[in-house]
Amino acid sequence: MKHKSGKVRSIIAHAVLIFLSFLCLFFFYILIINATRSHAQLQLGFSALPGSSLLTNLHNVLNDPAIPIVKGIINSLIVSGCCAAIVTYFSALTAYGIYAYDFKLKKLAFTFIMAILVMPTQVTALGFLRLITNMHMDDSLLPLILPSIASPATFYFMYSYMQSSLPKDLVEAARIDGSGEYGTFNRIVIPIMKPAIAVQAIFTFVGSWNNYFIPALVITSKNKQTLPIMIATLRGADYMNFDMGKIYMMITIAIVPIIIIYLCLSKFIVEGVALGGVKE
Amino acid sequence: MKKHKGVSYAKWGYIFILPFFLTYAIFSLIPLVDTIRNSFYTYFYSGLKVVGPTWAGLGNYKELLSADLPKYAWNTFVMWILGFVPQICVALLLAAWFTDARFKIRGKQFFKVVIYLPNLIMASAFAMLFFALFSNTGPVNNILVSTGVVGEAIRFMESTLGARSLVALMNFLMWFGNSTIMLMAAIMGINPSVFEAAELDGCTQSQKFFKITLPQIRPLLTYTLITSLIGGLQMFDVPQILTNGQGAPDRTTMTLIMFLNKHLQAKNYGMAGALSVYLFVISAVLCFFVFKMNTDSDPDGSKAAAKRAKRAKKGGLA
Repeated sequence: MKHKSGKVRSIIAHAVLIFLSFLCLFFFYILIINATRSHAQLQLGFSALPGSSLLTNLHNVLNDPAIPIVKGIINSLIVSGCCAAIVTYFSALTAYGIYAYDFKLKKLAFTFIMAILVMPTQVTALGFLRLITNMHMDDSLLPLILPSIASPATFYFMYSYMQSSLPKDLVEAARIDGSGEYGTFNRIVIPIMKPAIAVQAIFTFVGSWNNYFIPALVITSKNKQTLPIMIATLRGADYMNFDMGKIYMMITIAIVPIIIIYLCLSKFIVEGVALGGVKE
Repeated sequence: MKKHKGVSYAKWGYIFILPFFLTYAIFSLIPLVDTIRNSFYTYFYSGLKVVGPTWAGLGNYKELLSADLPKYAWNTFVMWILGFVPQICVALLLAAWFTDARFKIRGKQFFKVVIYLPNLIMASAFAMLFFALFSNTGPVNNILVSTGVVGEAIRFMESTLGARSLVALMNFLMWFGNSTIMLMAAIMGINPSVFEAAELDGCTQSQKFFKITLPQIRPLLTYTLITSLIGGLQMFDVPQILTNGQGAPDRTTMTLIMFLNKHLQAKNYGMAGALSVYLFVISAVLCFFVFKMNTDSDPDGSKAAAKRAKRAKKGGLA
């Protein structure tokens, strides 16, 4: 009797999981299928089999002067890459400063960062836009990168990681060996922090790659746009006159690199999410 | 052991944290002050003409409250809760299944990887994809009509319920995997001997879930709720792209940040400022709860209660 109910439960669980997986994958399946079909084929209705226009669509997308997508990919890569590097380095540096040293304002500094841990950046967007206009940094990629030096959530992750994995004796030992403070951070602390840095670099890269709100307000000229802004322009007034094959192909270009990175590093990423979720 | 007496390393602490605080001051604190200052002025562009800045006191705040702000706050809340309730229920269910040692799930790793995938997808591209898929002549309607599920195409984006449900569905898909993994970590942190003891006492599956798992992970559930609320408050990309910034139909999917975006695009500094301050106040309250939960070693108050009881006892004796 008990065995039977266990079996029923198992069947239900697998059914639910398969349904949810289907839901997660189905839309991307249609996306990729549709990216291989021409506008005319798409007008005829949905087909579960891929078409033959993959290369035509790709060619059309890459050579559209109205939406310079190659430039968009490069801009997105620059911003996301720089952000990932800056966020991880400076968050580790800040965390190390508070973790390894004793100073008067240490507690206050930590409390302050914890207080702004989840403060949305949107609430200061107005002042931010006015500020960068005054600094003549509007319509440039710089204001999308520089503010990430101060990333409270990454700081907290790094700080927690140091508490569990960076013995303070090690710092002391380095000092006795005559290592300078900044040198100790670069040569000893950073290598120990590598796993945490890798996890946070991935999340920052993805977050920055997908970021839309602030970039859309900062960037005005076409050749400085990042990918999400270009995707948004697809939704503009002339949507109906657009080649649908091209639209699907552009969405594919925006999404697929992240999916590939994820599939390669999935185990690592899923563990990283769990790591961030466990609270002391 | 050699002690570095007289050598103070304190200055290095300041040097290392300086970039963070300098950046935060320049790119967040100064803008915050400027945002608050602007909220008290009538200051906007009408065509190429600048109106103001003239002192308005609380005028902008009052105008927002009496006009559309409550409606947009309600929209945001409805779309958030429509996504959040299924998100947390499904996540709890999956997390309980995944962490049950006696319950064999085939392809567990595969399922974990798949359910987390949508979280990493560019929200704006995801919304664009949904717009194309759920349009009146799109693939979803194609499939529904050709298989005879519905007689004629469903106009998803033209009804309030349809548009809001699409936004909620996207939010659900993007976040349930993330919650599942978080909750799994929390459940795995429960001492396994508690479950073993319960099983020896003949505890059923549902009793185990409701009497042990749920109370044990309550702190993390609360944490998830609050961080999700903050996320919901920031809802923008999905409804913005799906409705082209219009919040169609009839502005019923217009969120608070879409409204802010509208004022920012139109360079209405006064209104954008007042709206930002409202958002800042709500965020600050939520931030306070997150702060409390992260820095408090006694999240459910049990230790404090024990201490109070002890003190009361002592006082009674004396």
